[in-house]
Amino acid sequence: MGVEGFKSHPYIPNSVPEVEQEMLREIGLQSIEELHEEVPNEIILKKEMNLPEAFGSEYELRRHVEGLLKKNSSCADNLNFLGAGCYQHYVPAICDEINGKGEFLTAYGGESYNDFGRFQTLFEFESLMAELVDMEVVNVPTMDYSQAASTAIRMGSRVAKRTGVLVPASMDREKLSVIKNYCMPDLQIQEVALDAKTGCMDLADLKAKLNDSIGVVYFENPIYLGMFELNAQEIADAAHAAGAQCVVGVDPITLGVVSAPRSYGADIVCGDVQPLGIHMNYGGGQSGFMATMDDPKYVLEFPSRLFGICCTKEPGEYAFADVAYDRTSFGHLRDQAKEYVGTQTALWGITAGVYLATMGPKGMQEVGETIMQNAQYAARKLSELENVSLRFDTPFFEEFVLDFNKTGKTVAEINKELLKRHIFGGKDLSHDFADLGQCAMYCVTEVHTKGDIDTLVAALSEIL
Amino acid sequence: MKKIDRSSKVRTGFHQAKWDEPVIFELSQPGERGILVNKADKRIAESVEGTKVLPDFLQRKTAPALPEISQPRVLRHYARLAQETLGADVNIEIGQGTCTVKYSPKVNDQLANLPQMREMHPLQDESTCQGIMEIMYKTNKYMCEISGMDCFTFQPSGGSQGILGMASLVYSYFKDRGEADQRNEIITTIYSHPSDAAAPHVKGFKIIYLHPDKDGYPDYEAFKAAVNEHTAAFFVANPEDTGVYNKNVLKFTKLIHEMGGLCAYDQANANGLLGVTRARDAGFDMCFFNLHKTFSTPHGCGGPACGAVGCADFLEKYLPSPLLKFDGEKYYYDYETASNPNAIGKIREFNGVAPVVLKAYAWIRSLGPNGLYQVAKTAVLNNNYMFKKLMELHCVDAPYIPGKQRIEQCRYTLETLYKETGVGTADIQRRMMDFGMHYWTSHHPYYVPEPMTLEPTETPSKEDIDEYIDTLKYVFDEAYNDPEKFKNAPYQSVCHQLDESNMDDPEQWAVTWRCYLKKFQ
Repeated sequence: MGVEGFKSHPYIPNSVPEVEQEMLREIGLQSIEELHEEVPNEIILKKEMNLPEAFGSEYELRRHVEGLLKKNSSCADNLNFLGAGCYQHYVPAICDEINGKGEFLTAYGGESYNDFGRFQTLFEFESLMAELVDMEVVNVPTMDYSQAASTAIRMGSRVAKRTGVLVPASMDREKLSVIKNYCMPDLQIQEVALDAKTGCMDLADLKAKLNDSIGVVYFENPIYLGMFELNAQEIADAAHAAGAQCVVGVDPITLGVVSAPRSYGADIVCGDVQPLGIHMNYGGGQSGFMATMDDPKYVLEFPSRLFGICCTKEPGEYAFADVAYDRTSFGHLRDQAKEYVGTQTALWGITAGVYLATMGPKGMQEVGETIMQNAQYAARKLSELENVSLRFDTPFFEEFVLDFNKTGKTVAEINKELLKRHIFGGKDLSHDFADLGQCAMYCVTEVHTKGDIDTLVAALSEIL
Repeated sequence: MKKIDRSSKVRTGFHQAKWDEPVIFELSQPGERGILVNKADKRIAESVEGTKVLPDFLQRKTAPALPEISQPRVLRHYARLAQETLGADVNIEIGQGTCTVKYSPKVNDQLANLPQMREMHPLQDESTCQGIMEIMYKTNKYMCEISGMDCFTFQPSGGSQGILGMASLVYSYFKDRGEADQRNEIITTIYSHPSDAAAPHVKGFKIIYLHPDKDGYPDYEAFKAAVNEHTAAFFVANPEDTGVYNKNVLKFTKLIHEMGGLCAYDQANANGLLGVTRARDAGFDMCFFNLHKTFSTPHGCGGPACGAVGCADFLEKYLPSPLLKFDGEKYYYDYETASNPNAIGKIREFNGVAPVVLKAYAWIRSLGPNGLYQVAKTAVLNNNYMFKKLMELHCVDAPYIPGKQRIEQCRYTLETLYKETGVGTADIQRRMMDFGMHYWTSHHPYYVPEPMTLEPTETPSKEDIDEYIDTLKYVFDEAYNDPEKFKNAPYQSVCHQLDESNMDDPEQWAVTWRCYLKKFQ
């Protein structure tokens, strides 16, 4: 019958009526209506679906979607100071060049014989990330930071053989929600208070909550509110003393200048690689990783694919294949495997690998320095504004919490005014962290120039 | 010169690109740079402390041992590795059965790469996101129309996370009714994707497996015996990977409902059913679609992806927050389900995998209702055409419903070939690569002996399908005439046959370059 309005559709070669007829004849049918004979008539859809008719050409489709997207006003059109888990960093052109290559974009689940390049690039991603986080084993990436944290916590609880989990009260509410959904009912999640002055974990509360049911102590560095966890060593020590595993979430772009979590006792590290060469994509660029040392006690707890290096029958030839495949739910064990595995975010892993290979040790160090300098400058200038202050006096990386409580204006009102000036103000914390009152979390990275920061300061000065 | 004979469809001259490309660390040349990074303004750098604010224990003392490589060499490295990857763009995609690898239109990729998509922060004010919100809202409505469900979420970021999303909905539903402890069993089938068992198990459910009856349907008698007051839900694909459509599906969903359970439809295999039959009409309470499969957004070597989960209205209050709504003038996020203590909360950070949804939207709009129906019909036609041609071969068979139609794919068995030649499905898989073809066996464990799973989708032309069939025939003939040939295949791939003996040995496995150097220096 062909597609209505088309002789044949460009995406469906065999919709050419003559070809369709020939193929039908070949299988002894007259019409495509005779296909699906196994589907009972009572559940056959008797009407055409109520969907808009197809565009008559690729050009019309493009114009239509471009028209819709013009209703967006992006961070390219405005000055953006939002972070909170999704970060605006410079994306080197080479990252988009590589992840736009059709071979990577359209490959999927072949073996090494078919998709050798996919295996090698993801092995290299694991290897480059391992250098950055100073661990020995990194997975083919999972969905996002939240999923990585959820899985890292589950891994830790299996290693510890205990079901209690402590997490910081400072953590992202969305991430906590993902973790709770993923870990409950098997695990029990409890929050540890934050120190009101520093924002870091309250050690007294941690020690009060640690007992022999706690299998995992999870914390972040930097913490969600942007500051460094100054008690990192003490937390890790306390966790270990209580027989718990120490799981640390980290922003990998910090690690050119900041110590890797293993140096202060992390057993499992997790985080998101979106900052490493991946556009924000309205939240579609997130991609999680986990990392451990090369101890089977940990390696065999990964649910993810782990691509390892191997040799072939040809002397001198590398190849890559799955390490300990039967751990995964793709192996024979199904529900008895470690959690589950499936399609996740491989292309972003390849991209992060390209980013790290391009940046090199020097680039990672420099980007960390630039970010910290820019963010400190912004924080100082902003906190010099009348009635505005930094909520916490703890050193931070690229995000900091501004206290607007004394301005008499809500963050929502301030952000609305900023928006009129084409500025996306910091994330309003008044909902997720009501105790803080009217505070906002600003993110400043290497993409911000002095002029950008001064523009923000001037705008806020005017608004307040 | 005489006319060159090009009559054979089989690409006997194929050779995959092989660059012998080193592992990236081996390319490092101290002092080389891949990119120059912008420094802070001098006035800023002079007025702040920078990394000196870090307490000593947080100051990284040794730079990460990343390679130092110039930009052209990095590019060349990855460009070569791309050539060593058999993406759908360069291949007749029939051999990755169950994966629905179809054409991913380039225009959709280009649209998703526009700054008004890429440079969007997920927490921007809603007034600045109306374009993408409209796209996501409308795609949600389209998914509802295609499935018969009432609302979708785009947070699940792959099919398996979609299954987790469905298991989470089931858990929420029974938690709300105070029955979470009692309703702790999920029934699925051995032919379902492994995640249909593995992901619900993460949510604490005990998994009950059904085996197929003589027709390949889940065994109804075993099903009846399994359904009881502990049954939370039935998770199943239809058709399963055998391509056999379970005609009695309504009987199954009815019995579950009579016993107070829920029915969850794994629609990873939806490509042959668009506009033909709908999940809700078959009695399912929820389902998921793989946007990266049925809806053409590329597979990306395994994501970014989206396993969009849809449900009937009575489950909407448990969906992950926020829900995207429209008040007649503007699109907005409704966070109400976030305050429902029995709801899922979140499956993923932020609002869903937006660029993937955008590509699915563009694909649907390029086909319309009639085009989607044609997709299903052509995918099924292609599969049954191929099925007929392959079943004419002596060494190929397919279990269940002989002489009847399959939907969009089929799991064949090469048991006869194996018995007669000693060449098995794994050998065929390696050898097919010598002709530039993907080929897939089955998920584990192999319930069908010597399985071969093929799915032509609507994308290949008749010529393409004939080429795939001719190549298979060529390889089967070779198995009878020269079985020794398979021992060392492939010959024309990037690499020779793998020695995977170190992959399960902790002393030998090397998941990273640093482990490799440590173990094999």
